[in-house]
Amino acid sequence: MFRYLSAAALAAAMVLPTLAQAEEPTDPNVNARHALMQLYAYNLGVLGGMAQARMDYDPELATEAATAIYHVSMAHADRMWPEGTEVGATADSRALPAIWENRAEFDAAAQALTASAESAMGSVGTDLASLQAALGGIGQNCSACHRTFRQPE
Amino acid sequence: MIGRLAGGVAVLAVLAGGAFWMLTRPASLSDETLAALSAHEGDAQAGEAVFWAAGCASCHSAPDLAPGAAPEHRMVLAGGRSFPSDFGTFYAPNISPDVEHGIGGWTLPQFAHALLQGVSPEGAHYYPAFPYTTYTHATPEDIADLWAFWQTLPADATPSRAHDVGFPFSFRRGLGLWKLLNLHDDYATPAFDDAELARGQYLVEALGHCAECHTPRDAIGGLERDQWLAGAPNPAGQGRIPALPPEGWTAFDIAAYLESGFTPEFDTAGGEMADVIENMSRIAAPDRAAIAAYLVALRSSPNP
Repeated sequence: MFRYLSAAALAAAMVLPTLAQAEEPTDPNVNARHALMQLYAYNLGVLGGMAQARMDYDPELATEAATAIYHVSMAHADRMWPEGTEVGATADSRALPAIWENRAEFDAAAQALTASAESAMGSVGTDLASLQAALGGIGQNCSACHRTFRQPE
Repeated sequence: MIGRLAGGVAVLAVLAGGAFWMLTRPASLSDETLAALSAHEGDAQAGEAVFWAAGCASCHSAPDLAPGAAPEHRMVLAGGRSFPSDFGTFYAPNISPDVEHGIGGWTLPQFAHALLQGVSPEGAHYYPAFPYTTYTHATPEDIADLWAFWQTLPADATPSRAHDVGFPFSFRRGLGLWKLLNLHDDYATPAFDDAELARGQYLVEALGHCAECHTPRDAIGGLERDQWLAGAPNPAGQGRIPALPPEGWTAFDIAAYLESGFTPEFDTAGGEMADVIENMSRIAAPDRAAIAAYLVALRSSPNP
């Protein structure tokens, strides 16, 4: 009898964590946020690849990528960042509670990114040095927001 | 474990006071080092390069310094940042050239004594939150250059805040024992013949103090040198500091990251590392390449 009970307990112990994980899909808001970040990275890969001489400078492609970054930044809809989606509260989130404790600063950081992307749109096609300067501006804004509002891995 | 160890330290002090006093006596600079310091004419411009490589501003700039602040703001070494640890909370002191509240009244040998051996002008041991176990490998010439650069920095009159450390760690003399175990003359990794790798080793192991976060610590806070740069829990809270070099990164990737803050996937540095990038983006490109070469060389023989 005891043996059956312990077998059942063991089976439950093995299955239950799996069930618990399966019951907690990533919040759609978190998924949307990650999708935005991937689009940033995809386009920064073009600007960064040229800035770091991993690929040839191509003014048209650079302008296209900067334009995409600008539009992605404009999609920073407030509803993607509802309360209760911070790290620990929902799966896969690294958003720090500081976002909701200091929402005005968070929104200002998003606006600063938009401003730097807008200026990059007009300048990255000029020459490589302009692209490098513009990328530095965008990178500062990525980093400033991440260091304040994202939990390090 | 720490409590038992602390008890052990206290008992040792009572039973063998004399021996303890001898063992924990702060060391002096060698005649050789003093001679090298006085023979070298400090070059403030070269000292600025040492300043960024050694990352002084990351701990000693004001706590409210904005991310991405201009270098002249990072150069105000007013202190005040807090560093929580298992042993208490340390507060970075004011080390600006202010005579009353900073270190403006120090001499070059006193500055070198602090960096190379973690000893204050009054002869007290510093807590190893100040990474002198790294700086002990710095050359007297670099320290003289750094001191020359220091004279160009702005003075700030912010008073230093006392550390919030309980007994027995508040008994600084006991740090002499800690130093016997943790203040090493030699590098953690074997010497390199290649000039670039040797330069990278100097930048990482003598100035950059990467290991302070990227190497795990033992129960008394000493670096586990056999786990060199193998990654460690984040002392500042949740999360983990990654092993170096990051898996799959080339030397080019590392150098580009140190310059721009962009990972090869074009994510950006966050957390404490974002501040490290503020320093590393200001050192010479060949130095970033040397750091990258050294780290990649560790991949073939990790954890010596």
